[in-house]
Amino acid sequence: MAAYSPMAAKKAVAQAETPLAKANGDLNVLSPKDFASDQEVRWCPGCGDYSILKQVQTVMPELGIPRENIVFVSGIGCSSRFPYYMDTFGIHSIHGRATAIASGLKMARPELSVWVVTGDGDSLSIGTNHFVQLLRRNLDVQVLLFNNEIYGLTKGQFSPTSREGIVTKSSPYGTIDHPMNPLALALGAEGAFIARTLDRDVKHLRDILKRAHQFKGTSLVEIYQNCVIFNDGAFFPFTEKETKSENDLFLEHGKPLVFANGKKGIKLYGLRPIVVDLDGQVSLDDLWIHDERDRTKASILTRFFDMPGSEHYMPRPFGVFYAEERFRYEDAMLDQLNAAKQKGAGDLDALLRGKETWTIA
Amino acid sequence: MNEVKPAPHLESRDEVTILFAGDSGDGMQLTGTQFTETTAIFGNDINTFPNYPAEIRAPAGTLAGVSGFQVHFGSKSIYTPGDQCDVLVVMNVAALKANLKNLKNGGMIIASSDGFDAKNLDLANAKTNPLDDGSLAQYQVHVVDVVRLTKLALEGSGLSSKDMERSKNMFVLGMLYWLYSRPMDATIRGLQEKFKKKPDIAEANIKVLKAGFNYCDSTEVFGTRYSVQPAKMPPGTYRHVMGNQATAYALIAASQKSGLPLFLGSYPITPASDILHELAKHKNFGVRTFQAEDEIGAICAAIGAAYGGHLAATTTSGPGMDLKAEAMGLALTLELPLVIIDVQRGGPSTGLPTKTEQSDLMLALYGRHGEAPLPVVAAYSPEDCFYATYEAARIALQFMTPVICLTDGYIANGTEPWKFPTSAELPELTVKFAAPRDKDDAKFLPYKRDDLLSRPWAIPGTKGLEHRVGGIEKQHETGNISYDAENHEFMTKLRAEKVANVAKTIPLQSIDSGREKGKLLVLGWGSTYGSIKTAVRELISEGYDISHAHLRYINPMPSNLGEIIYNFDQVVVPELNNGQLVRLIREKFLVPAIPYNKIQGMPFAVSELKNKFTEILNAKMSTKEAK
Ligand code: SF4
Repeated sequence: MAAYSPMAAKKAVAQAETPLAKANGDLNVLSPKDFASDQEVRWCPGCGDYSILKQVQTVMPELGIPRENIVFVSGIGCSSRFPYYMDTFGIHSIHGRATAIASGLKMARPELSVWVVTGDGDSLSIGTNHFVQLLRRNLDVQVLLFNNEIYGLTKGQFSPTSREGIVTKSSPYGTIDHPMNPLALALGAEGAFIARTLDRDVKHLRDILKRAHQFKGTSLVEIYQNCVIFNDGAFFPFTEKETKSENDLFLEHGKPLVFANGKKGIKLYGLRPIVVDLDGQVSLDDLWIHDERDRTKASILTRFFDMPGSEHYMPRPFGVFYAEERFRYEDAMLDQLNAAKQKGAGDLDALLRGKETWTIA
Repeated sequence: MNEVKPAPHLESRDEVTILFAGDSGDGMQLTGTQFTETTAIFGNDINTFPNYPAEIRAPAGTLAGVSGFQVHFGSKSIYTPGDQCDVLVVMNVAALKANLKNLKNGGMIIASSDGFDAKNLDLANAKTNPLDDGSLAQYQVHVVDVVRLTKLALEGSGLSSKDMERSKNMFVLGMLYWLYSRPMDATIRGLQEKFKKKPDIAEANIKVLKAGFNYCDSTEVFGTRYSVQPAKMPPGTYRHVMGNQATAYALIAASQKSGLPLFLGSYPITPASDILHELAKHKNFGVRTFQAEDEIGAICAAIGAAYGGHLAATTTSGPGMDLKAEAMGLALTLELPLVIIDVQRGGPSTGLPTKTEQSDLMLALYGRHGEAPLPVVAAYSPEDCFYATYEAARIALQFMTPVICLTDGYIANGTEPWKFPTSAELPELTVKFAAPRDKDDAKFLPYKRDDLLSRPWAIPGTKGLEHRVGGIEKQHETGNISYDAENHEFMTKLRAEKVANVAKTIPLQSIDSGREKGKLLVLGWGSTYGSIKTAVRELISEGYDISHAHLRYINPMPSNLGEIIYNFDQVVVPELNNGQLVRLIREKFLVPAIPYNKIQGMPFAVSELKNKFTEILNAKMSTKEAK
């Protein structure tokens, strides 16, 4: 059997074994409404999920994929109701396992557009294993991680991303769990596309969704999502008019890191990021220029994770932290299958017969 | 002057059991499988059982490190690896100590003297050397200096002393070939194939094999040679097959016959991993094998593939079944086809990973929360792993449901001759995906059912079939979320009825041995088949009124099973567990079925079964006489 070569696979394009339904004229007339199912949406009024649903439905027609070739897979949690509201194919599965189910589906049917909708409890607690494994395998799946830093569906316990000390039903004296840093975890898991956006910045959200879709490999999009009922305002420093310009750092490939309405920038001294005032002394060219293909810098950016007011505070980055294409699992899998078939397709009778037989007359 | 050597005395035997035992590094498994291959090709009926130590690298020379391979062959029908052996081949003291109890009185011991030195005696905690302390007086003991003779045979080969020593198992194999008058050509071909990339090693092994054979020919180490004539088996072409291999082949066969690509999601676990290994080889059949991060990932990936229209399977053993339980419930309520293979082993927890047990029956039937019935089938022999698995795939596809197929360590690792089928002889598996729909067609109903209550398989990529499925209770026909109380009861019953409907598609239960009516019915399931069959046949020939029926379908059971049971005065259910099927039989048929259980990680010996059955038959007789 030929050893698998990543180089060859990198060049390989996923060959659909089942013919992909052809994009046709109908597509042009699809509108966001065509992606809304007939099911009543049942999130709490004001929940951040509404905005995300709307932006996904808005973006879908622009992607040019026939509805029947799109599958939304979710686990358990408020966000995981999502597939029921999309008029595409959809599976609402079990807690933490959406990434595993999506992996199998994508291996079986690489030509489908597969989207995972998951939450911080679903993917960073009960399903962390499948989540990190999907990232390292790099199947071409979009993972939309709705992070609201709380368990909503089970009525308000702290989650792995809840901030230290938060008082919830299961932590009446304040949580003593140190929160997880989802994007640092994802990068550590060899994630190939890592991005963050917000429920309230609808344009940014749409742009990132499109980028995620374009990326050939697993794209992780962490979406800050406000849970109005159990953790209202968790992300207000990053979403509200008064504070967001000071706290949000929007990343753009090839552009300097600038925030606070252009008044501040970030410079790198070695591996140490420093906030500088852009008062004419510092030229934009001296600032840290964002490079989506630089893993080291991406890693530093994921560490911009302290809350405003804390000692090592840096503005919170939004946008694509890291995007570097490498071979996808499904391509490699198909490569091996095709290479084996080229040496001769399997013959069931020869298999059943085996190498050594004897005959009794 | 040449001495004229008398031709050895030749005796004929109906059946022989040989147990090869040594350190796990002594190559006893290879020796055993080569002997098996040769003997099968020679035309004997045969059944084998490897007995591995739990630790892969247990310290050499210790009792924990002993690995064994038992071969039972004969000129008559053979259904078990044999209770006790006629010949015990031991490579060291520990192997002798661990297995002497399995040797028949007066049986033969072939001992490699090298393994009986002071160091080995010490490692095996033996105070005296059993080869010369008189403790083996009732056996025929042949001590052979295997290591020295092997090295002599390889003198000048340029191999290191260590490499030379590695071939010592072939010397022993050569001796056994001489003793039982077997040809060596299949093994020579096998060695050439196995060491294709190391021709010098292949050459050395072949040389040593022949040296062992010639050693017996030219010395008088054995006074007698034996012949075991070919068995009278039904005419046809045979191969030999191991249970796990047969399971893997069945999945490929079902994939080919249904025209669906095969997807296996699996996680390494003893004793099921060999199915994954086997399937991973057959990419030319389009088989996708996915070694997942854990048992849950494995089954969930398989569910994803099933949703995508593949023939999906997951293979595991007891602990993996525990972990997969929640996902099985999901597949069940999504109503997707999925083959779940449980190669049972001793439990609970890690239990006895390398030993066999039939203790997952209740788990298979009831091991999920909620009302969650699934079809369950059980394989009863190595070759039957093929048919049971194929049937599991058939039911899964026809009924859109996960199906659990139970095998166990004993038949999964055991081998027997297989009159393999041609692909044309296999039952057809026809699968129809739901057809595309136009805008003007009525709305697609993903849970609208056919006569047997199976639902359509609506795979992504099919125009007009966009729909959602999920683990939340769903409304009849539409599949939409429904918390309606009556709908839940209705759906629960509907899912159960669907599984019950499988009975309409399975053959009626038949009697395997004995009459249709009588005093005692032995009702077995799974891997106890061979031992029960042998015991019952022997008792019938001794004049007892006893019959044997073996269950393939545990859930649902064949519709005539009750009739069969009621035709007997008594029913006994032998199982390698603490009594599981027996409870079902009692509950379902309201008969005082008698349990007979063994939980020692080992199969039933035929003699144990015969004792129990005669005890029951005789007790019944004496109570009748007393009246
Ligand atoms: S509980 Fe929170 S996250 Fe869940 S639907 Fe309500 S607002 Fe949204």
